[in-house]
Amino acid sequence: MARRENPEINAGSMADIAFLLLIFFLVTTTMNVDSGVSKKLSEKPPADYVPPIIKEKNIFVVLINRNNELLVEEQRMDVKDLKQAAIDFIDNGGGIGNASEDGAPGAACDYCEGERSESSSDHPNKAIISVQSDRGTEYGTYIKVQNELLRAYTDLRNRLSRKRYGMSFDELEEAYDADKTNEVLKKKVEDIRTAYPQIISDAEPTS
Amino acid sequence: MSKFRKKKKGMPAVNTAALPDIVFMLLFFFMVTTTMRETDLRIENPKLPNASEVKKLEHKSLVCTIYVGKSKDPNRDGVGFNKIQLNDKIASAEQVPAFIINARSKVSEAEVPFMTTSIKADKESNVGTITDIRLKLRDVNALKISYSASKANN
Repeated sequence: MARRENPEINAGSMADIAFLLLIFFLVTTTMNVDSGVSKKLSEKPPADYVPPIIKEKNIFVVLINRNNELLVEEQRMDVKDLKQAAIDFIDNGGGIGNASEDGAPGAACDYCEGERSESSSDHPNKAIISVQSDRGTEYGTYIKVQNELLRAYTDLRNRLSRKRYGMSFDELEEAYDADKTNEVLKKKVEDIRTAYPQIISDAEPTS
Repeated sequence: MSKFRKKKKGMPAVNTAALPDIVFMLLFFFMVTTTMRETDLRIENPKLPNASEVKKLEHKSLVCTIYVGKSKDPNRDGVGFNKIQLNDKIASAEQVPAFIINARSKVSEAEVPFMTTSIKADKESNVGTITDIRLKLRDVNALKISYSASKANN
């Protein structure tokens, strides 16, 4: 006769099975963090809105045609050269800027390192980048262009931030994100942001 | 003395019976926190453009997503990379405002200004479609947009 008492089931390999499952889930789970190029649209203008007159030299026109070719300030250009061209334009500082919100009169850009040419932008807060694309332009190219323009702004902001506060703007923003209540950091971030405001406008596409 | 000596004989095995419990707990944690995609894709998984200046989208509940790309079923929806998917069906740009208003009704009023529209469009779609969506979004004052892109350093 066999023994009556039940032998205990060996549960030692249970952990192995559970680990296997765990690792399977860990590997197959793609934590897709949504990220993207963020953009703020302008509000719908009222019907009787008259657009302000802007000097030709303060607008940096980027045209993208349906064959995904760029025409920047009436010259053909590759996407890789766009960033430098945009930096040169924004950072030119050839004149007097807009009056600030607290009523102080506009001043010349004292932090710009551009050529201060008469024919390019007056001040970073007056420099407008206008992107005009065709309806048939590929979305990938459009994003590439937007990205290059944003990179131009990032470079300029980083440069100024390093000069003024000894750290890049990315680090400054990161520090501010970690500590939202810090007024000193907030002021620094705002300061850099107003020094180089991102003014990228999307013109209605041509068909 | 002899009592103490007796105890030193042989190491007792560590009891690992609780190990599976711990691992199962981890397993359940991951299974619960993993969010599955709530909408079925009617379009083929869009090949997102690459960009270096990307920002992470925060507050998942305040994000509504619009997909643009090629339909999985060209016999029904037609060919081309410019199909717009709202919720789980192919729609046209005219239906975007209704979609946004519907999404707004699900969040509290105070949070509406923080809502972001994420546009997940395929690299090969056309800017015209994106512009149509953008104009419709502007009509309903959904001004925060994120063009979904994968992070790449260049």
